[in-house]
This record gives sequence, C-alpha cells and structure tokens, in this order.
Amino acid sequence: MSIALLFTFAVVFEKMALISVLFLVTLGVAAYSTYGERKIAAFMQDRIGPDRAGPWGILQPIADGVKMFTKEDFMPRDAERWLYILAPGAFIFVACMTSAVIPWGTRLTAFGGSIDLQVTDINIGILYIMGFVSLGVYGIMIGGWASNNKYSLYGAIRASSQMISYELAMGLALISVVMISGSLSLRDIAEQQTGFGWNILYQPLGFIIFFTCALAECNRAPFDLAECETELIGGYHTEYSSMKLGFFLFAEYINMFISCAVVSTLYFGGYNFPGLDPNWLGGFMGPIVLFAKVFFFIFVFMWIRWTLPRFRYDQLMHLGWKSLIPLSILNMVLTGGGILLFGSH
Amino acid sequence: MTLAIFLTLAVVSVLLALLMVFAKNPVHSVLYLILAFFTIAAHYILLNAQFLAVVHIIVYAGAIMVLFLFVLMLLNLNQDTEPQKSASWKFAAAIAAGSLMVTTVGALKGAVQLQQVNNPNPSVGLVKNLGTVLFHDFVVPFEIAGILFLAAMVGAVLVGKRDLKL
Repeated sequence: MSIALLFTFAVVFEKMALISVLFLVTLGVAAYSTYGERKIAAFMQDRIGPDRAGPWGILQPIADGVKMFTKEDFMPRDAERWLYILAPGAFIFVACMTSAVIPWGTRLTAFGGSIDLQVTDINIGILYIMGFVSLGVYGIMIGGWASNNKYSLYGAIRASSQMISYELAMGLALISVVMISGSLSLRDIAEQQTGFGWNILYQPLGFIIFFTCALAECNRAPFDLAECETELIGGYHTEYSSMKLGFFLFAEYINMFISCAVVSTLYFGGYNFPGLDPNWLGGFMGPIVLFAKVFFFIFVFMWIRWTLPRFRYDQLMHLGWKSLIPLSILNMVLTGGGILLFGSH
Repeated sequence: MTLAIFLTLAVVSVLLALLMVFAKNPVHSVLYLILAFFTIAAHYILLNAQFLAVVHIIVYAGAIMVLFLFVLMLLNLNQDTEPQKSASWKFAAAIAAGSLMVTTVGALKGAVQLQQVNNPNPSVGLVKNLGTVLFHDFVVPFEIAGILFLAAMVGAVLVGKRDLKL
C-alpha cells in the first residue's frame, strides 16, 4: 500500500471520528435541551419541573426517548406512505448536516497527534449553511402534505412560508458579516475575532436581525405559528406518532443548537475569549468556550419562548418583510460606509 | 475515478429527470426534480465550481422548487381531478414533441466533432476567482443583470398588488 493511500485513509478515519463525536454531541445536546427547556419553563413559572427520573430528574430525556420508541407507530390510512416515512428522516438529516462547517476549536493535540476541529473548511461555509437552512423546509412540507390532513397541510404551509420569508433577511444580515470579514469561510471569520474583536461590536443591528430570523427559522416562540395548538391541533406533525414524531421534535432542538453555534461563531468570536487561548488544555479550551456561548444562547432562546406571547400571522409577515428586510438593507449600507471610512478586518 | 463518478451521476440525473416526467403525481414530479438538481450540483462540484453548486442549491432547490411545491400542494391535483384529454390532443402533442426531438437531435449531431475543452484554470470556479472575474472583467454585464433583476422584482410586486394607488 502506498504512502499516499495510507495518508488518505488516515484523513478519512480522522474525519469519520470527528463526525461521529459531533453527531453524538449534537444528539446529546438536543436531548438535554428538552430537559433544560422544561426546567427553565418551570423556573419561569415558579414550578419544580421534571424531578422523578433520577436525581433532579436528569434521566428524564432517556425516559422520554424510551417512551417515544415504545409508543404505537400509527399511520393514517390515506397518507402517502413513502413520503410520510421519508419526511422526518429528511428533516433530521438536514438539521444534522449543518454542523459540518462550524469550527468547534482550533486543533486538538493529544498523544503526540493533532486533529482539526472542523469537519471541512470549505471556502463557502456561510453559503453552505444558508443552503441547508433553505432545505429544512422540505421535511416539514413533505410531512405536512403526505399526512393527508388539512391541519397538517396548514401547519406545513405556515412553517414554510415563514421560513422562506425570514431566510431573506437572514441572508442579507449575513452579507454584512461577509463584508467586514472579507471571507465566506467560517474558519476565517472565527480566526479574525481574536480577543475582544467580536463581530457584534461592528454588527449590533445585524446580530439582532440574524437572531430574530434564527428564532423564526427554528419555528420557536414567539414565531411558532406552525404548531399553534389552539388553531392547528399540532401543526405539520399532527398525524405523526412514536419515533417519527420524535424525529421532528428532536430535529427542532438540533436546529436550535446549530443556530446557537452559528450565532456564536459569526457574532461572538466563536472559540475565542479574551484571556483564554483556544489552544490551551491541548486545544480543548476552544470547544469549552464555544459551548459555553452556545449554552448561553440556548438559554436565551428558551427565555424568549417562555416570556413572549405568540405573534399573529400577519404580524409575523409584516415583521419579516416590512421591518427586518429594510433594516438589513440599511445595515448593509451602514456597513459599506463604515468599511469605506475605517477599512475592514 | 472522476470519470466513474461522472458516469454514475450522469445516469442518476437522467434517470431522475425521466422519473420527473413520468411520475403520475405532480408533487412526486417536483420531488424528483429537486433530487435531479442535487445531482446537477454534484456535477458542478466535480468541475470544481463550489460556489455555483451551492448557489444552484440555494436558488433552485431552496427557493424556486419550494414555491412550486407550495402551489401544487394547495391545488391538490390527483387522478380524480386530472383533466382527460381527447385522442386528437394526444396525437397533436405527440407530433409536436416528436418534431422538437428531431430538431434537438439534428442540432446535437455535430457535437461529436467538438473538441474537448480543457479548462485552462481549474480554480476559476472558486468564489474568490469568480468574484474577481465578475467585478473586474465583466462588471458592466454584471451590473446590467442586477438592474434587470431589480426591474423584474418591481414588476412582480406591481403584478401582485391588487389595488394600486397611483
């Protein structure tokens, strides 16, 4: 076997290991977000929350998982069989794919070797994320349509029109970030924000727009019109049960986790923190800092959910099209002017 | 290796395109077309045009096909509502499509003699080089295309508005 081939195998093995770890971490974070969500909701509403399974109820996600798996898997008689089965899988697949371009740290060095903490550094990382965000609609649409239920279809149409509308403002907010960093690669963007040179200082408006759009893209309250239970029973997953429903719910938490990671990377320095070199602890400092930021943003997502009431549908569309898009264009003009005066990174 | 990938992709693209045409249910057609777009994006990646591939996905699979799917789902077309065309219509359609095919085959007949174009610069599809080319060498056509898009957007808003207050 030639050296080149061996080297290729080594790279493939390294990437496979990283992808597996990342996958498990994503699932773990998503599972424990459900526990966190319930505990935070309980705290906000002056309740105790789940506390039966294990000490402080920390085994609750496992109990929920077992419950999901063992429930009866019911399929409506008139459902489009294959599409009905495909939809939850497609949704969770798209949700997991986005983590590939996020730089989780610089390099891990342990046992005399080192491993790059990013699955792939493609030079169009931001566009890759936008691409997968826009593909997230399909799982919802296919699932809502294939269920052959009018409430599912309504939920699917609401969810997808909301996601399409907010993608525009999101993309325009991203352009400003690209303008000041001069690169589409998330690795470059993270590297530029060493110390306290975080993009939030140059892009406060862009951050607000992006964060609002991220809430809407994840179908989280106050934009959870897609599963508005008083009007639509359960939204696009009304007809789903057992682990198929579990996939839909789980994928929403994965989306939230990934959005928080993207927000942290784009606006809050990624794995950088003033005074903490990401190469410390054999490179583990970077992931620790990034995950601290990610958990903070997950908390903010939940805080917003349990504080704000749901928007009405016309208010949602007005906010998206008539406030956020003009604001993001204004932000682009301001950024352009700023770069002209002070130069970019 | 590249040739094997290309041939597999080409066969899959053509297969998906055929499935798109022959699917009974229009929603299935749209889904096959989306999959066909993915294989075409993979062709772009084979040509080292990552930017084009990802934009292709964002624009076609992510935006345009979502709207197609939207309309088809709301129309709820199925076999009960499918209009039954008479035999004369089918005959006319067969002749029209057949002559189109003859024209296409005639146009492509000379293609065998074409020389294979060797891409002089394989990295031209990377976003940095593409940006340089667009904003230095082709800046005027690029800006004109931008104005055309803007005009189309304004036109779409005007068409969509029911009560115009001029």
